[in-house]
Amino acid sequence: MAILTEAEAKRILEKALSFSKADECEANLSGIKSGNIRYARNTITTSGSQQSVSLVIQSSFGKRVGSATTNELTDAGIERAVRRAEELATLAPENPEFVKNLGKQTYLTSTTYFESTANITAAYRAKVAAAGIEPCKKNGNLTAAGFFQSSERFQAMANTSGAAAYQVSSDIEFNLTVRSNDGTGSGYVYRDVNDAEKFDAVLASQIAIDKALQSREPKAIEPGKYTVILEPSALVSDEGLLNQLIFSMDARQADEGRSFLSKKGGKTKLGEKMFDERVTIYSDPQHPDVPAQTWSSDGRPQEKTMWIENGVVKNLFYSRYWAEKKNVKAVPPPANFIMQGGDASIEDLIKDTKRGVLVSRLWYIREVDPQTLLYTGLTRDGTFFIENGKIKHPVKNLRFNESPVIMLNNIEALGKPQRMLGNLVPPMKVRDFTFTSLSDAV
Amino acid sequence: MHRRDFLKLTGLGLGAMMLPTVGVVHPASLDAAVMDTADKKKLADIALNAANAKGATYCDVRIGRYLNQYVFARENKVQNVVDTLSMGVGIRVIANGTWGFASTDDLSPDSVAKAAAEAVAIANANAVYQTEPVKLAPQQGVGEQTWKTPIEKNAFNIPIKDKADLLLAANAAAMKNGATYINSVLFFVNEQKYFASSDGSYIDQDIHRIWPTFQATVIDSKSGKFQNRQSLSAPMGMGYEYLDGKASEKMKGETTVYRNSYDMIEDAANAGKEGKRKLTAKSVAAGKYDLVLDPSHLWLTIHESVGHPTELDRVLGYEANYAGTSFATLEKWKSKSFKYGSPIVTLFADKLQPHSLGAVGYDDEGVPTKRWDLIKDGILVNYQAIRDQVQLIDQQESHGCCYAQSWADVQFQRMPNVSLAAGSKPLTPMDMIKDVEKGIYIIGDGSYSIDQQRYNFQFGGQLFYEIKNGKIVGMLKDVAYQSNTQEFWNSCVAICDERDYRLGGSFFDGKGQPGQVSAVSHGSATARFNGVTVINTDRKI
Repeated sequence: MAILTEAEAKRILEKALSFSKADECEANLSGIKSGNIRYARNTITTSGSQQSVSLVIQSSFGKRVGSATTNELTDAGIERAVRRAEELATLAPENPEFVKNLGKQTYLTSTTYFESTANITAAYRAKVAAAGIEPCKKNGNLTAAGFFQSSERFQAMANTSGAAAYQVSSDIEFNLTVRSNDGTGSGYVYRDVNDAEKFDAVLASQIAIDKALQSREPKAIEPGKYTVILEPSALVSDEGLLNQLIFSMDARQADEGRSFLSKKGGKTKLGEKMFDERVTIYSDPQHPDVPAQTWSSDGRPQEKTMWIENGVVKNLFYSRYWAEKKNVKAVPPPANFIMQGGDASIEDLIKDTKRGVLVSRLWYIREVDPQTLLYTGLTRDGTFFIENGKIKHPVKNLRFNESPVIMLNNIEALGKPQRMLGNLVPPMKVRDFTFTSLSDAV
Repeated sequence: MHRRDFLKLTGLGLGAMMLPTVGVVHPASLDAAVMDTADKKKLADIALNAANAKGATYCDVRIGRYLNQYVFARENKVQNVVDTLSMGVGIRVIANGTWGFASTDDLSPDSVAKAAAEAVAIANANAVYQTEPVKLAPQQGVGEQTWKTPIEKNAFNIPIKDKADLLLAANAAAMKNGATYINSVLFFVNEQKYFASSDGSYIDQDIHRIWPTFQATVIDSKSGKFQNRQSLSAPMGMGYEYLDGKASEKMKGETTVYRNSYDMIEDAANAGKEGKRKLTAKSVAAGKYDLVLDPSHLWLTIHESVGHPTELDRVLGYEANYAGTSFATLEKWKSKSFKYGSPIVTLFADKLQPHSLGAVGYDDEGVPTKRWDLIKDGILVNYQAIRDQVQLIDQQESHGCCYAQSWADVQFQRMPNVSLAAGSKPLTPMDMIKDVEKGIYIIGDGSYSIDQQRYNFQFGGQLFYEIKNGKIVGMLKDVAYQSNTQEFWNSCVAICDERDYRLGGSFFDGKGQPGQVSAVSHGSATARFNGVTVINTDRKI
């Protein structure tokens, strides 16, 4: 029962709300049905399928609030979760920041579900693995390790004040690391799509293979400040520098004085130019290349929103409580982000570079200082020295200490945006990127 | 690791809708959802038989019921109280020499048999491309067994009011002592796991964990500067008794640190004072320093630079696409002479240590747990391996460190507790500091990052004290140290004795695809490392 239709989801949500004895009740129901395959050492390792659902109940009496989550969707199981949320709410102290549930809302539509992805079988997944393994075995000097997952998901919510929403989606996640058997080269590729028709395992796998071959026998360069070309996979990941920047744009943190957006005396940088004027970043759940959910989990509509325009901070995101207190629109955190770029390919960017470093990927990125949004991490899976418009040789990996705020002030050029984790981002040429030490890792 | 995400979550005070779906529930409200052991055995046998009938040569079944509870507070407000419950079954098989796995939350006999058949079908589909047929180390069935975390107070039975009062008292203490803001959280976990395998094991385990934590922020609005100070607690394999704040478990020095009992209110008060002090602390001069690292800090360095590189699946390349590989290669291990650290460094793995997060009776493939050395007197001597790996290092017995984060995920090799053995000669942290000419004493964990083969790392911390000529002369800020794993552990020149030994750890060690988290502890006494590179992290934007 993992993927419920709108009618089935509505029935369960209404059932949950019908059990409520609280002043207000909100229910979120979600489910996933997915299959995955993992491979390493040029052979398939683990794989499996998963289906699960989860029902979250939030109940409130006055300003007391409690939540319970369950995956037991029998009538008795649902009622137990509702009773438990109510029990917790009655036991909790009043929360002065409690905000009443939203009433009925209107949402945009976006197409996030594709049959082509839903129809993927275990045999299809095994073929994806083979698309990486077979050419590596044929080469004889390469080893593939990869992961492919296809998923169907649904999200639904309803509350006792009239808000109701449902969205079904499908997605593919693919990533592959190819390493040279001499241990000196490594390449990587990441792809994500909603529609399986837009995914080509052979083409994608070749990127990791090429990078692995090109990155063999790297030479050390001195750490220091370099002009770098950052590929999209170096900018966006679960921990990417652009993700960190966007999801640090919380209004309350800024207003409270504990954000890179805070200023002396309790003011913020909202409305100020903080970045190079070529930096424009917005979110749009209806963008055809990166469609996203059109509502947030508390029922707020997701709309096209400008976050940074021509280098100026245009919007911050708010909790509903903080927006009410500040008397502004409660803009939710974005469901995707799109950074504008140009038409240049990565090859074009290299051609225009006298001396620099091409970075395929940045990894293990962690915050060092929230005041300046300073992050550290390392290059991985293909780092190359550029001289006079050409890749001269691969270089050993380097640790960086850099702030995305400084990085977005030092832009030299932007390339053509590519999809990365449901976002669109251009490759970027940046001057004075700070590398602080060398790593022996390949 | 996903610890940062957790802290961000709690720091931002987001509510229940943002929480992981594998969660928490109160036993009193959920009695009806509990299956008795006889019913679990019946259901497990259905899966074992179905897999066998479809041609599986091995099968294991995990029926799980996972409960979590979170209480969130900021300043003088409790923001939310959340219970979560997740139940289901995961079935793993070997067919045609290949692994297959399927899970379902529908615990009807038909659904369980169907999942077993699906696991076999997946194994068969993949067998076409299999070149390394699975070889399992033998494991005698252990029959019917039970194991329970030895807790004194079940956190799920403590009234919500007591938990809310504790957080509000801690927050008030922080604010009274200088904090501008504070986010605090109590996090309780109970894994009820039933394991059965075609080897003849039926194991019922009841595992408890607890983690009280907070982040206090002090802001100087005049300068626009702010500093955070996080709690010095550890996540523990304990019940609510961890929060008793016993005086006998406190160690007072520059601040107060805690052994197996935590005083959240005292720590919050210290956080207010120390956060304020951090604002006016001296910015560090970059250079080489001797580091004196408290266990509340050193656990994370052990985790990243010893725990991960000695995972055999990383060494062999199974994690190459995600967590990475390892510099601690088989040739280095086979040489029996690879100097991982100085001769005083012994790092051991264990799944037994009382109060630790990793302690269980049996791992998630039914192997009894144990303790073994990884680095002995500075030399790399072993790895962490499970049933399908030990034959690759010519060993016959699994180390018993297989784990899955839930019934829905497949089990695989996960880090056991990995700890630095305490020094054999009597030595306290204050005695250690007396010998340091130019150094930094670091307490609490902060920023952390290491490369995919575990050579180059960078760590921050919570509290930094400058040591000059054997004396602490003041507080520092903007400190991070960078080193190389082998250089770092070979620069270890002194380790305090058993009296100073404490556990640190995390609920959120991340590995695998799809990603899974695992809870793990790391014990140590305060240790000294000579001549480590320190950088200054201050920037202007």
